[in-house]
Amino acid sequence: MSGVRVLVGTRKGAFVLSADGARKRWKITGPHFAGWEIYHLKGSPIEPQRLYASQTSGWFGQKIQRSNDGGATWEAVGDQFAYTGTPGTHQWYDGTQHPWEFKRIWHLEPSLDNPDVVYAGAEDAALFRTADGGRTWQELPALRGAKGHLWQPGAGGMGLHTILLDPAHPGRMFIAISAAGAFRSDDGGQSWRAANRGLKSPYQLPDPDAEVGHCVHRIALHPSRPGVLFMQKHWDVMRSDDAGDSWHEISGNLPSDFGFPIEVHAHEPETIYVIPIKSDSEHFPPNGRLRVYRSRTGGNEWEPLTRGLPQRNCYVNVLRDATAVDQLDPCGVYFGTTGGQVYASANAGDAWSTLARHLPSVLSVEVQTLP
Amino acid sequence: MIRVALPFHLRRLAAVQGDVLVAVAPPPTIRSVLDALEATYPVLRGAIREHATLRRRPFVRFFAGEMDLSHEPPDTPLPEPVAAGREPFLVIGALAGG
Repeated sequence: MSGVRVLVGTRKGAFVLSADGARKRWKITGPHFAGWEIYHLKGSPIEPQRLYASQTSGWFGQKIQRSNDGGATWEAVGDQFAYTGTPGTHQWYDGTQHPWEFKRIWHLEPSLDNPDVVYAGAEDAALFRTADGGRTWQELPALRGAKGHLWQPGAGGMGLHTILLDPAHPGRMFIAISAAGAFRSDDGGQSWRAANRGLKSPYQLPDPDAEVGHCVHRIALHPSRPGVLFMQKHWDVMRSDDAGDSWHEISGNLPSDFGFPIEVHAHEPETIYVIPIKSDSEHFPPNGRLRVYRSRTGGNEWEPLTRGLPQRNCYVNVLRDATAVDQLDPCGVYFGTTGGQVYASANAGDAWSTLARHLPSVLSVEVQTLP
Repeated sequence: MIRVALPFHLRRLAAVQGDVLVAVAPPPTIRSVLDALEATYPVLRGAIREHATLRRRPFVRFFAGEMDLSHEPPDTPLPEPVAAGREPFLVIGALAGG
């Protein structure tokens, strides 16, 4: 029987949750790297035992860990993330220019076809790549040439948090940055252009339709139809049907169109999930009710999914990298909260169970579907 | 040999228990001890000093002989009890966070 392995990054270490394909009995191991912030862990899609983890600390800096046995053992690999050439400057809160400074890796995205190739999204925003399993990292500096001097950190930092690799068009990738927006490359990261047309940020940007500067929280795609993108923006849930050339709003009947993650069902490209948060001032679910919203129509029409989720006195948040779907049928959906709970649904969101109740605050959730 | 006392997280990172010993040419300095430490435990590169500049990370501090050497130049000789191996060179995670 197949199985699943859920990789959970938290403020105080990493945890690995595993189950067989029934997804009823779960085993939890960890904390790995106890006491360190684990921003993200992810496995190679073609070599599932190969995992990468971003281990970071305000005291001791950035480490990258690699496992070749599915997380049972780890080894530290390279952690030198040097901006190419003179780092340059970006927009600062007071309108001045501020030097680029490496702080941490937010997201690791292993290549679709080579377990030694991984992309890493950094704060301050930049994209790095390794071709030797993490021993050395090189920046893809053209990204910061896409008007990087106009990018400005959001309250959570100027992190490159989303990296999507297009399985149908080799070399095409999408990335997203808070608070710079979405960007697309068609040549493996050698050149980039902003992909923000249609986004509107009134009262957040001097020009609400600016080419860059939008606070994109997450983008997602379905591998069978990678030209269709879904976005959870600071405010607004958006959709693009032309690979990011333009966007239109699909917030529809959501109780709030503020939130962080967005996810696509593994087998239904028009089924998407968001977790509405009340506002940018109150980072918790509306009315203290933790509800996942599902649209089976690619947006606009949303239904709340509540079975098994707390429907009163719930004031957690769900961060942008803290949702995932497995590849089983029915599709499993997973998310972690800032309160340390990990929830899972083995039936595409119809009902939820609690995999863990008392972990540290969850930063990221990924799931691997194992043969 | 110089004894170096590492904070918990760096001991875990380097997979060591207790103080570690490093050999440096006399007179030992902050720089020579850290160079030797990182040569012995490469995983500590970047965790105590920044990679490119070799500047002390902001929330790491150095003590020796009950003196705070955090702001001393890197070629500052270490006090005699540390140089003689009787007392450790301390790498400390600074109080931070509130």
